[in-house]
Amino acid sequence: MDGDGEELTAQETALYDRQIRVWGADAQRRLSKAHVLVYGMKGTIAEFCKNIVLAGVGSLTLIDDRIASEEAFSSNFLIPLDENVYGGKTLAQLCCDSLKDFNPMVRVSVQKGDLSSFDVEFFNNFDVVVVSSCSLPAKKLANEKCRKISKRVAFYTVDCRDSCGEIFVDLQDYKYSKKKLEETIECHLRYPSFEEALSVPWRELPRKTSKLYFAMRVIEKFEEAEGRSAGEVSVADLPGVLKLKKELCTEQSLNESHVPDTLLERLVTSTLEFPPVCAIIGGILGQEVIKAISGKGDPLKNFFFFDAFDGKGIIENISNSNA
Amino acid sequence: MPGKAGMMLTFQRFCVYPQNTHTIRLPLAASYSSSLPMASEAIKGAKVLMVGAGGIGCELLKTLALSGFRDIHIIDMDTIEVSNLNRQFLFRQSHVGQSKAKVARDAVLKFRPHINIQPYHANVKDPEFNVDFFKQFNVVLNGLDNLDARRHVNRLCLAADVPLVESGTTGFLGQVTVHVKGKTECYECQPKPAPKTYPVCTITSTPSKFVHCIVWAKDLLFAKLFGDKNQDNDLNVRSSDAASSSENVEDVFVRRNDEDIEQYGKKIFDHVFGYNIELALSNEETWKNRNRPKPIYSKDILSDELAQPNGNVDKKCAFDDEFSVSAMKSLGMKNPQDIWSLKENSRIFLEALRLFFTHRGKDVGNLTFDKDDQLAVEFVTAAANIRAASFGIPPYSLFEAKGIAGNIVHAVATTNAVIAGLIVIETIKVLQNDIKSYRMTYCLEHPSRKMLLMPVEPFEPNKSCYVCSETPLSLEINTKRAKLKDFVEKIVKAKLGMNLPLIMNSSNLLYEAGDVEDDMVAIYSANLEKVLAELPSPVTGGTMLTVEDMQQEFVCNVNIKHREEFDEEKEPDSMVLSGWTQHVSAPENKDKPAANNGASTSGASVPAVESDEISIVSPTKKRKLTNVPNAPGNEARNHQDELQVIDDEDDLVMLEGNMEGFKKRKLS
Repeated sequence: MDGDGEELTAQETALYDRQIRVWGADAQRRLSKAHVLVYGMKGTIAEFCKNIVLAGVGSLTLIDDRIASEEAFSSNFLIPLDENVYGGKTLAQLCCDSLKDFNPMVRVSVQKGDLSSFDVEFFNNFDVVVVSSCSLPAKKLANEKCRKISKRVAFYTVDCRDSCGEIFVDLQDYKYSKKKLEETIECHLRYPSFEEALSVPWRELPRKTSKLYFAMRVIEKFEEAEGRSAGEVSVADLPGVLKLKKELCTEQSLNESHVPDTLLERLVTSTLEFPPVCAIIGGILGQEVIKAISGKGDPLKNFFFFDAFDGKGIIENISNSNA
Repeated sequence: MPGKAGMMLTFQRFCVYPQNTHTIRLPLAASYSSSLPMASEAIKGAKVLMVGAGGIGCELLKTLALSGFRDIHIIDMDTIEVSNLNRQFLFRQSHVGQSKAKVARDAVLKFRPHINIQPYHANVKDPEFNVDFFKQFNVVLNGLDNLDARRHVNRLCLAADVPLVESGTTGFLGQVTVHVKGKTECYECQPKPAPKTYPVCTITSTPSKFVHCIVWAKDLLFAKLFGDKNQDNDLNVRSSDAASSSENVEDVFVRRNDEDIEQYGKKIFDHVFGYNIELALSNEETWKNRNRPKPIYSKDILSDELAQPNGNVDKKCAFDDEFSVSAMKSLGMKNPQDIWSLKENSRIFLEALRLFFTHRGKDVGNLTFDKDDQLAVEFVTAAANIRAASFGIPPYSLFEAKGIAGNIVHAVATTNAVIAGLIVIETIKVLQNDIKSYRMTYCLEHPSRKMLLMPVEPFEPNKSCYVCSETPLSLEINTKRAKLKDFVEKIVKAKLGMNLPLIMNSSNLLYEAGDVEDDMVAIYSANLEKVLAELPSPVTGGTMLTVEDMQQEFVCNVNIKHREEFDEEKEPDSMVLSGWTQHVSAPENKDKPAANNGASTSGASVPAVESDEISIVSPTKKRKLTNVPNAPGNEARNHQDELQVIDDEDDLVMLEGNMEGFKKRKLS
């Protein structure tokens, strides 16, 4: 091993022993140099942040200017309940203080501002960008900016409602190698952008594609059409949502049974996150980001869905090459 | 509107917590609608027992608290170690050495101050955790790391008739299973893969893998040099030369008071790596079809260092305290991931041995191998590597060797978080008695038919499970040679997993563990040493013994069959138990249990392997909970090695079961 400061310190080796046994010292080194940006500090993102801070990334930057409120506490274990402590602070600030505690070797900081206000140069500071609590236009915009950067920036979105969760992954042009028996296999994956994925006609997708994919798209479109922020829907919107669903299914020549009314009802009625699902989605997302940074392991391509109703965690490949 | 899964989740209105005005009104995370009682009511009123506050435990406690649970009890006997901090996020560096259960509780109260969390810094096998204790809970959640404790909790849950949600993780793999008495399999209905054990002769004479060398270095050499001298030890190879007196050989390992430590070290080195190998080579039969090992002598490897004493006795490397004593440090070797040359291994071997005597002399004679003992790990690594070199086996780094020797389970936070979420989901179903919706869920590293999280319906209880149904067992044993203590240790404790057993022959009490009256202590001790046929109430062919563990409320009948001869290789214990499901067999390499001082990470009676038995096990027969009418053609299918996943369209998605972990039941 070269002794030019590239080696893990004794402290890191002791702390990360159990995970180095999972992904190796090289991967650990790469993690320690990675910079992650996160937008939207709700429960699932809190879980994700916990996971990658423990994993030992180089830095984590948090964006969420919302002032702490009752809703925020429901699924976010990073926020202390003492009003003397939380009063007046933004979610990002509160989470930052707690996260630093989990691993002093990770630089956790806060960035103020609206996601849409940051330019391409800003995103260039990061290796990984994760957005949540984000409207459809904002998601697309952030994704596009990341794709404009010559160094590859891994882009993820995450959305949890009721007892469901969705993860989207965009690693652009991704090459990695893996060992199979004694051989090393070179792998090459090409990911579509969020916009490209969404433009795949619904009727061209496999028949058994997760219903949650379609349901999320309906709600996304509804929120966009009504000028709502992400998650700003309620059961009162159900008639409007169902109407939009009918329209979209007709437009896409998709049988309506692929987007059950009951599922849509669940998603508009309870927009709060369900803590067990936060843990599951935050965990899967954490694993994916670690894989992308370390270059080890098959990353999922390109959507992941979980619904506590049936308990399945499913990967869907929504891209043109697939259809 | 019930789907196949039968669940409807909607969120309830905010629920107001009592007390002061600074209290936040927290929304209760989830509730079920109409037809079933509100899940939120079930959650609010639930009393939950968690066993384990480690990797899964921390994640689980956090998620339970966030999900609205208000009365949680948690048992964990361990204290916090540095290597826990990469995933057990409720703990900080400043907590190292403190009780996991207590610190976890304090950490969670920070974001949910008004719930009740009762910690127990204790071993779940302690008598205070009896059936009555378990009966007070609505559900028990296991986050354990060893099979022994899991079996114990399983039995208590059966006795108390309390549902058990089991789980485990290793690296990226994990699983959650639900066990309800009478309705589903109990935890022991399905055979769990037994951890590897090795025949004695492979370890002492014919190693072919590195792990054999580790076991030799750890359980034989280390034990012989630094452990209890009174323990039997197979270190010395049986040679074909019957004339070689074993008494002479014994002297080699004893260090005389005035014996120079450098000399002693080299003497040991040459004896185990040189002389013993030559002795083994003299037995031609052994090597007919095997590669011959090469004897290794210190003078050949370290010839250029003979002039200068190894490690420079005068210019000693200073160590802060006895815990930082390290041969690597002394020799200026920094990287535990390096693979050492034979020369380096030999240096480490001699230096580690020297340091034990010079800096930790008082420990010599009472040590058992501890993976967190740096010097011990260095010694064992070096010794294993030298032996490996002798036998043409490639060497390993200290980091890797430590993992093997310490049975270290590789672990990350993310898998534990996923599993914790799945546990809470099942727990809510259990509290609602929603039997049809229970699932066993597997968290995979590589997707199977697009699934990373794969739910499967639980199975009916196994009618031949000796734990939850009443299947008689039989034991073939030589009743004229085997002693009662052999039966107790190897069968009752090791195989049947009893903790404090009671053995009866009809109405005659032959042995009882635990608290016994004074006048009985001597009788039971004497009985243990007696041959079965010579017990006060003789045990011979045809006898039926009753074995019982009062705490586990578990009773078993064992029919005794006398048998004269046993195969030394295949039946080394000279006992064959039938009618039971194979679990952990007591390792033949005499692993001594770690001393239970409350601070160690392994319980006193835990067998060698602490890793989670996580292989995805699928049964050969399907006994689904819900009745799926079998079309004539399906009869045959049901008995193949397949898993069924019920998806919400009533399609049966047939998967190929992963049969890796499943071993067919053997009779011996």
